[in-house]
This record gives sequence, structure tokens and C-alpha cells, in this order.
Amino acid sequence: MDYVIEMLGIRKQFGDFVANDNITLQLKKGEIHALLGENGAGKSTLMNVLFGLYQPEAGVIKVNGKEVKITDPNKANDLGIGMVHQHFMLVENFTVTENIILGSEPTKMGLVNIRDAAKKVQQLSEKYGLNVDPYAKIEDISVGMQQRVEILKTLYRGAEMLIFDEPTASLTPQEINELIQIMKRLIKEGKSIILITHKLKEIMDVSDRVTIIRKGQGIGTVTTAETNPDQLAEMMVGRQVVFKTEKTTAHPKDVVLNIENLTVQDNRGIDRVKDLSLAVRAGEIVGIAGIDGNGQSELIEAITGLRKVKSGQISLNGKDITGKKPRKITESGIGHIPQDRHKHGLVLDFPIGHNIVLQTYYQSPVSKGGIIDYKRVNSIARNIIEEYDVRTPSEMTQARALSGGNQQKAIIGREINRDPDLLIAALPTRGLDVGAIEFIHKRLIEQRDKGKAVLLISFELDEVMNVSDNIAVIHDGSIIDTVSPKETTEQELGLLMAGHSLGHSKKVGDA
Amino acid sequence: MSKRVVNILVPLISIVLGLIIGAIVMLISGFNPVDGYIALWNGVFGSSYNMGETVRQITPYVFAGLAVAFAFRTGLFNIGVEGQLIVGWLAAAYVGSAFELPKIIHLPLALLAAAAAGALWAFIPGLLKAKLQVHEVIVTIMMNYIALHVANATISALSDGGDKTEKIHDSASLRSPFFESLTDYSRLHWGFLIALIAVLIMWFILEKTTQGYELKSVGFNQNASEYAGMNVSKNIILAMVISGAFAGLGGAMEGLGTFGNITKMTGFTGIGFDGIAVALLGANQPFGVLLGAILFGGLKNGGLNMPNEAGIPVEIVSIVIALIIFFVASGYIIRVGLDRLSKKKKEGK
Repeated sequence: MDYVIEMLGIRKQFGDFVANDNITLQLKKGEIHALLGENGAGKSTLMNVLFGLYQPEAGVIKVNGKEVKITDPNKANDLGIGMVHQHFMLVENFTVTENIILGSEPTKMGLVNIRDAAKKVQQLSEKYGLNVDPYAKIEDISVGMQQRVEILKTLYRGAEMLIFDEPTASLTPQEINELIQIMKRLIKEGKSIILITHKLKEIMDVSDRVTIIRKGQGIGTVTTAETNPDQLAEMMVGRQVVFKTEKTTAHPKDVVLNIENLTVQDNRGIDRVKDLSLAVRAGEIVGIAGIDGNGQSELIEAITGLRKVKSGQISLNGKDITGKKPRKITESGIGHIPQDRHKHGLVLDFPIGHNIVLQTYYQSPVSKGGIIDYKRVNSIARNIIEEYDVRTPSEMTQARALSGGNQQKAIIGREINRDPDLLIAALPTRGLDVGAIEFIHKRLIEQRDKGKAVLLISFELDEVMNVSDNIAVIHDGSIIDTVSPKETTEQELGLLMAGHSLGHSKKVGDA
Repeated sequence: MSKRVVNILVPLISIVLGLIIGAIVMLISGFNPVDGYIALWNGVFGSSYNMGETVRQITPYVFAGLAVAFAFRTGLFNIGVEGQLIVGWLAAAYVGSAFELPKIIHLPLALLAAAAAGALWAFIPGLLKAKLQVHEVIVTIMMNYIALHVANATISALSDGGDKTEKIHDSASLRSPFFESLTDYSRLHWGFLIALIAVLIMWFILEKTTQGYELKSVGFNQNASEYAGMNVSKNIILAMVISGAFAGLGGAMEGLGTFGNITKMTGFTGIGFDGIAVALLGANQPFGVLLGAILFGGLKNGGLNMPNEAGIPVEIVSIVIALIIFFVASGYIIRVGLDRLSKKKKEGK
């Protein structure tokens, strides 16, 4: 057969925990083979086995038909296997070329020969349409281009089989399209690709075949053309998944959050939120739709007190909270699921249990007379872990060791458990699999039904359309229109997000 | 190999390796390592006097180690323990000699003065870090030099141009006739009990209190702490202040216990810098620091006996002691070695 990589019956165990059990994956030459599974299903473990970072307890790996033992990543490189990591491994203040040759620098009389290397990088870049400037510094180029540098790095080292680990997690929709084109070109040039992902749409768009794993078990391999997203989701999660979250009509009551003429500046002193007004009522979910970088981050930071307000007023339940300290604002009834869970949401070096009391550690009954009752902290944590299905060995496990989805579920549990009047959910499902997304959407709607106000910020149109009762479209720091999800379409939202007002766009359409 | 066995085996192998390499150094330099190590052993355990002196030597190391470890645990690198210890020593010696008060007031006051002086010396880098993002390593290093020369100038001024301050009054002294008689008139004083209490205090602050939770949180992740409503600046300053107070108390051990005054110094005491190694040896855990200080103080004091009893020059003694500490600190290497060994065994089967 013309399989370039065969992983047969792979088993990998950590202590008592079986991460991979009897998984088989066969990559044909010139195909894009998707590896699908929930967060924590064992995808990364399997790829780390292939890349020589872990040694399997059982199973056989064959490359080009020959059985091999991959003892370390260098061995994998020699065999022509390259990995494009999810978190880029690049030196920020080095140039593209310097990063690519790092570790195998070509030398001429003892000096690094940058010029020849740059030429080779340029040739590769042109051959695969990567459009990368070999002399640009990493810190100056976009995330999408940084990823292309990672791709170039593997190609430069002669990779024939490329592993992409969740490549679209940090990309904008446009960058995703470009990436898909690049992957297709790589295939055309005879490369083979393993694509690790939990996004069904991408799989349907680009892959030839899909191997599904669930909870460490190999479920099977299917041909993409002969399957559909519903079937894939069911194979991945082990039950039927509802993509469109069921919800009843909203019954909005009093205004909980009221923002009037708010202007906020970024760190460089540029206005990022401009004269913005917005109201969120009890019992409704207001979704803010917009392209990344249109003032969403600054808006949330201003509401929660993390950023100074230049002018305007924010009030919660009729009380002015403009310019108050974050703690005062938190105490007055705001819950906040931050957009960057590692930067703001968690102290990664704390046990997950200690993270559960991040805003309440100083209040009774957790703390009395300046002493924390850690027994109580742990019991509160255990309750949330159970109720929100946070998969962790125990509440004493470091937050860092949990998968992204489970970290997010812990944060959401913590925020909802404080019973806030207003819940701000910023990109609450970023990087999560369909099962977790469904769970989180249900929780947000549950809060709404309990009469709470929910402000949802998202870059995903599906999410905004599905979950919100009202959609406020943000563009360049202002709300340019408010629409009902029932009366709008993705196309219309897309135009609004790009800055066309509705009346205007209709005129263009008519003409 | 079970984890427990490894945990016991690693330090043991480290120490044995250190001793072997130290022996080679002594052999090359033409000295008898067996005599040398017997002298080292006797220097620590040989007589009740030596044992008393060893415990006395350990005491300031405990404080210096705690100071560095506390800062580490709260995300700061306090290189200024040396300077904070010197100003603490000076403050203790001054309060001890300048006032005449009943012991129940005088001794605590002198200790408090030392802690406050150390805290103040650490407050400045803390403030600069919190408000202006000046890196604490640079400021604390410079503060060490300022402390050394300010202390020398103050000693001059206090003693009318002399080179040491007056002896402290008995009412401020940590000296203990009881311990002295018990240890054949060594300089062992009450300080080691205070050091043990300090170990407990650090553990209590970090593991039990609300403030400790905040300090650790800010040390790990300032953004998340700010999100959670903590005052990041206040916690950075407080962490430095507590660290400095531990260092200042270390100085009080010398001022109120060992020496009873402060003498002009031509250079640093070295205790504060050794504190960095003590903290790292103890994995920045309070009880670990105690063990690290025991190793450090024991070797330092035992080493003093090597020139007398075995005729080994001080320089060689320093090299041997440094080698032993080096091997203990590199326990990680041995751990990896053991891992490889047990893996090979498995594969062989």
C-alpha cells in the first residue's frame, strides 16, 4: 500500500491513566487526513508519540512501509515528519530566516550564512505561495504569517509529512481561508498532511479522510465525502449533538447594564471605544458581533474596571460604576468570563480549587479573620467541578494541567456560582469542541432564564446568531446597529461588521 | 524505583558525590582527605562547644534563606537580603545600646527595630518595582552597597570615629548563660528558637492566610490578580517588606546574639548571598530552607576546624564545601540519572 505513515494499535499510558488505547491511523500519500476528537481525547498524545516525544507502550509505527522507532523529535525530522505547533515556537526578535535555520544553521567559514538561507526560504515561500518576507522580524508580522513561518520551518528541514496541531485556533476567518489554500497547494506538491482539529466545518472543507478518537479510544476512520457533520459529531462525542441551542423567547425586564456615550483609549492613547451606548436588560442575552480589534476588549475592560474610562457613563442596576475599582465592580454584581483564560481567567500555577475562589477568597465563609479555610475552599471547588463537569484528577491539580475546555468550564462555574446580575462572556467557547460549546451555551441561556442579564462578545457569527436575543454590531468602537437574530442573516451581519450601515447596503444591493 | 526511595536516595548520593570530588581536590593539593573529613565532622559534632557554635551559625542562614524564599514565592527576586541584613544588624545594635529599658520591652523593641530597618530597606525597591516597573534585582544590588557604606559611616558617627559600636545592654541581649554552660561556653543564643518561629510564620502566612493567597496570586499572575480585584502594587510592596523583615531579623541575630555590637565591615558578610543558595536548596519551602540552612551552617562551621586539625588551608576548605553544596543543589542531574538507570533496567528485562 502507499501509506506514508502507519500507526497501528498505539497504546500510551501515564501511570494508571490510559491516554491512547489501540489507536490506528494510516496516512496516505498526498491526502489531508483529519484527526478528530474532543479536548483531552488524546489527539496531542498520539501526535507526540509520532513526533518522538513519547514512547508508546504498545503498537507499531511504520514510515513508508518500514517499521521505525521514533525516539526523539530529531529522528522524526530525519524521517520527514514535521510538526506545525499550535503555540508557535518562534523567537520574537529574530527574523524569519533566523528562526527557520535555528538549530541547523548553515555556515561558511565558521560564520552563519544568512544570505543563502534567506534565498532558500524565499524559494520555498514562492513555491508554496506562502508570501513570507525572509528578513521580516517575527514581532512585526501577523499571527497568520507567523504560522506560515512555522510551516516553512518544517519544509526547510525537508518534511514530507506535516502535522498541523489545531492550526486555526488563533486565526481570523480570512487567515483560515488562506491556510486552507496553502494546505491544498502542499498536497499538490506531493506532501501529506495530518490535521488535528475539533472543528467539523474545517474537516468537511479540506480533509480527504477522518480518523476519530474518543476518550483515548480509536473509533474509526471514514471518508469525508461519505460522511456529514452530524455523524462526525456523534462519533466524536458519543451521542447526538444539538448544534442549534434550544431556547424559548426572552422576556426582558429592567435595564441592568446601561452604557452611555462611552469613550475608552488603548495603552497608546488612541480612542478604541468611541461614544458607545448600549443597554442590557435582565432576562436577555445581548450579543456583540464584530471583527476582532474593533474595541471589544477595551469595552469589556472598561465595564469591569480594568481600564480607565475617558468619558461617558456605565451604570449597573441604576448605580454609577464608572471608574470604580475592579473589586467594587465585581462585588456590585458582575461576573466576567475573560477572553484570555490564561492571562486573566486563571492563576495557572495554583491548584484548580484555589482558582475557584479567585474573587471570593477574602469573603466569609471562605475567609474568617484573615485566615482562609482551605477545607471549605476545596469542598466549594469539588461542587463546582462536579456541577460543571470539569474533568480533573482532583481539585488540587494545577490549573495548568487541565485542558482548555476544562479550564473554561471551571471559570464559567466560578462566575455563575457567584450569582451575578450581569454576566459578561467574552469569547466563551474559543478553542473548545462541540460538546463543550453546547454545554456553555446552555449555561448562558439558563442564566438568562433565571432573569440575569448576559452580555456575549464573540467573533463567531454562528454563536452570536444562536445564543443572543439581540445583536449589537460593533465597528470601529461604536455600535453601528442593533438587529434581532430572527430578522437578520449572516450576510447582513457580515456587511454590518465590515462597517456598512444597513440602509446603505440595501441601496447598494438594489442598484 | 518508588518515588519515596528516590527522594531519599537523591540527596544521599549528592552528598557522597560531593564528598568524593572534595576528597580528590584535597588529594591533588597534597592533603589527606580522611583527616580532612574527620576534622570537618569534629568541627560540627566533635564537642558540645562545636555543636553550639554550629547551631549559632545556622541561625542567620535560616533568616536569610527565608527572606529570599519568601520573595521567590511571591514572584520577586530579592538580591538585597545582604543589605537588609546589615541595616537590621545596625538597627538592633543601636537600639540595644542606646536605650535602657526592662528586658521584656527592650529585647522585643530591638528585634522590631531590626525587622523594621530590613523592611524599610526592601520597601524602596518594592515601591520602585510596583510604581515604576524598575527591576528589583538592580535596585536591591545597589541597595546592598548603600547599606554597607551607610552602616560603616553610622558606626563611625556613633562611636566618635571608632570602628565598632558600644556593646548592647543585657536587657536587649539574646545571649543565654544556660545555653552557654550547656555547650561549653559557645556563643549559642536564644536566636535559633526565634528562627524556628520564623519558619512557622512564613509557612503560616503563605499557606493559611488570606494575605498569603493574594501575595502568591500576584507573584504568579499579575493580570489575573488584577482581574480578581487585588491591589497588585500593594502586594508587590508588601512581599518585599516581609522579605526584608526576615532579613533584618537575621541581622539582629548577629547584633543581639553572636556579637552584641556591630563592627565596621570591609566587605559584605556573605550571609545574604548564601541565603539565595539556602532558599534554592530548600526549594523555597520554609521547612526546606531550615534544612538548607543546617547544611550550609554546618559545613561553614565544621570547615573552620579543618585548618586547625588537619592542616588544610582555608582556601581548599572553601572549595570542598562549595563542591558539596554544588552537588546537593544539582540533585536534579542525579534524579535524571536514576531515571535513565531504572528505564534501562526495565528495557533489559
